[in-house]
Amino acid sequence: MLPSLSRLFRDIQLGIKNLLLHKLRSLLTMLGLVFGVGSVIAMLAVGEGASREALEQIRRLGSRNIIISAQKPSDEQTATNVRSFLSIYGLLYSDVTRLAETIPTLERIVPVKVIQKEGRLGKRAMDLRVVGTNADWFELVSRPLIAGRVINQSDQAGRKNVAVLTEYGARRLMATEAVIGETLRIGSNYYEVIGIVQNESAQEGAIQTPDQQTDAYIPLAVAREHFGDVFTQRKSGSQIRERVELHQIIVEVESTELVELTAAAIERQMQLYHSKKDYVVSVPLALLKQAEATKRIFNTVLGAIAGISLLVGGIGIMNIMLASVTERTREIGIRRAIGAKQRQIIAQFLIETVVLSVSGGVLGIGLGLLIPWLISKIAGMPTVVSAHSLILSLGISVSVGVIFGIYPAMRAAKLDPIDALRHE
Amino acid sequence: MAMLPTEQTKAAATPAAARFENIRRTYIMGTQQVHALDGVSVSFEKGEFWAIMGPSGSGKSTMLNVLGCLDRPTGGKYYLDGQDVSALDDDELSDIRLKYLGFIFQSFNLIPQLSVEENIALPLYYLGWKEEDSAKRARELAAMVGLETRLRHRPNELSGGQQQRVAIARALANDPVFMLADEPTGNLDSGTSEEIISLLKRLNRAGKTIIMVTHEPEIAQNAGKRLYMRDGLIAGIEG
Ligand SMILES: Nc1ncnc2c1ncn2[C@@H]1O[C@H](COP(=O)(O)OP(=O)(O)OP(=O)(O)O)[C@@H](O)[C@H]1O
Ligand SMILES: [Mg+2]
Repeated sequence: MLPSLSRLFRDIQLGIKNLLLHKLRSLLTMLGLVFGVGSVIAMLAVGEGASREALEQIRRLGSRNIIISAQKPSDEQTATNVRSFLSIYGLLYSDVTRLAETIPTLERIVPVKVIQKEGRLGKRAMDLRVVGTNADWFELVSRPLIAGRVINQSDQAGRKNVAVLTEYGARRLMATEAVIGETLRIGSNYYEVIGIVQNESAQEGAIQTPDQQTDAYIPLAVAREHFGDVFTQRKSGSQIRERVELHQIIVEVESTELVELTAAAIERQMQLYHSKKDYVVSVPLALLKQAEATKRIFNTVLGAIAGISLLVGGIGIMNIMLASVTERTREIGIRRAIGAKQRQIIAQFLIETVVLSVSGGVLGIGLGLLIPWLISKIAGMPTVVSAHSLILSLGISVSVGVIFGIYPAMRAAKLDPIDALRHE
Repeated sequence: MAMLPTEQTKAAATPAAARFENIRRTYIMGTQQVHALDGVSVSFEKGEFWAIMGPSGSGKSTMLNVLGCLDRPTGGKYYLDGQDVSALDDDELSDIRLKYLGFIFQSFNLIPQLSVEENIALPLYYLGWKEEDSAKRARELAAMVGLETRLRHRPNELSGGQQQRVAIARALANDPVFMLADEPTGNLDSGTSEEIISLLKRLNRAGKTIIMVTHEPEIAQNAGKRLYMRDGLIAGIEG
């Protein structure tokens, strides 16, 4: 084993030496393979990055969730110019009970009412997104509790003035574990701070999570009592008044397989009771599937580019090796006359081709590390270069060398020694 | 290996280095047959120095190629050191060349990208020698042909005579049963030719069997035996 290993090492050295005789030619020959391997790695890195991101999105949105959101109908949008026009749209309290009663596949149903208000704690103040919801919210969004407790059934039933802050909000308002039990003022109402939960850090571009960092959670019934359903916004002199009962209803379905079916059922139910299209049903799972389909197309395109580059690279290598065999006909004749067997000639040229293709592969790996880095930098797409993609690339390089090197090597070995020696 | 001397061959008188029995080598060109060797029988004994002469196209190179196991006869028997090699396959012939033969060519035929030392060591590489051992032997052989100071040089940095001496050293590396030389002085001036011939004579005196093709009678005079070819047949033997 050992002597044959050291022989292989010598053969590789000889191969490298022969390739270094024609540096530019060898480099140009490798180019196709460099791009081929580079795009294989880039493709896998982008694919891996996208699928990690997809998993991250599943985690954030919940693959079993369906989100129904209030949406101002488009025909009403033009009416906003009229002073003091009251537009009525969005989700209804009755939607919640009706969906809960008619759709049996729901595990949880979480109503969400949103009010933008300033909150004050002691001397500090911040703009809050006040979320009126129920205890299930905390199950569904499930962020770790940092201090205190979350809203429970008795808070809801007793319509208690309690509020849960996010970590971000707590920091802004200088609330610590010590302030649990202190009083938070929102508008003209007072709430006891009962807990602090972690929140998603602010994300740009990515799909919106149900929670935001400026949230303050209070029981839905309390929100309704304190803030009502009519909201007034002032915009450049005109007033926009809206009546919205609920801004979101988030449901969790029993299992992932039932998500699409349930979404269709919800859509039908909503249509029955909403004459205007003042809501949208969005299914994170569907978004994920769509994202995955896009990723597949992207991968197919890159894969095709990689395949073509590898093929072109391989043909380029074969072409050069055929030229090299012709150039070195006499050398082949000499080796054969000395006593080299055909298979030793094959091995010599094959090793040379594989050295060439692996060198190309190594340069390609360099390119394959550079491209994903650039994609991340410029396009902001996440990319992950995995160890296997590097091993795969080396495997591809060796295979290209063997596949496209075998024919020139056989040609070299099959030369008649006498003719080869006579070759000028 | 089939070529190792068996009890039988040891018992008999030492076998000839090479023996032809009615050897034919016929080329078919379209419908025409060319008899490059037309039934040749001859015996080359160990320790002899032969010169093969004859006009162009008479079959000298063909004879040397068959002797060198580079070419297979289309008829007849060829015994190399007592063993029939007329029907061996390509791998077996390669093995015979590797272990028992050494070639010297008119155009030197050194590998240009290898150094003098590497060229001389080439047969040892195929024989599977360890690198240190083969480098040592290559240096010894280089010294023997007077090129110990040129080990790292490339062939194109040497004169014709020096290149041919490298080729001779390479042909000696495997300690062959006989050496074959096809017009070894054909590309050299007369002075250098002298040097090469005296080197070959020295090797022959040291016991090497040498078979050399040449056009030049004065070169052939150095050989102990002369064989004249004409139209694929032996026209005469001298010495
Ligand atoms: N590969 C071949 N195909 C066909 N005919 C061949 C081949 N090789 C040699 N011959 C023919 O065989 C004959 C003998 O050729 P060979 O090369 O042995 O001559 P030679 O005595 O060495 O001549 P020279 O002195 O010119 O080298 C010639 O007629 C030649 O044309
Ligand atoms: Mg000739």
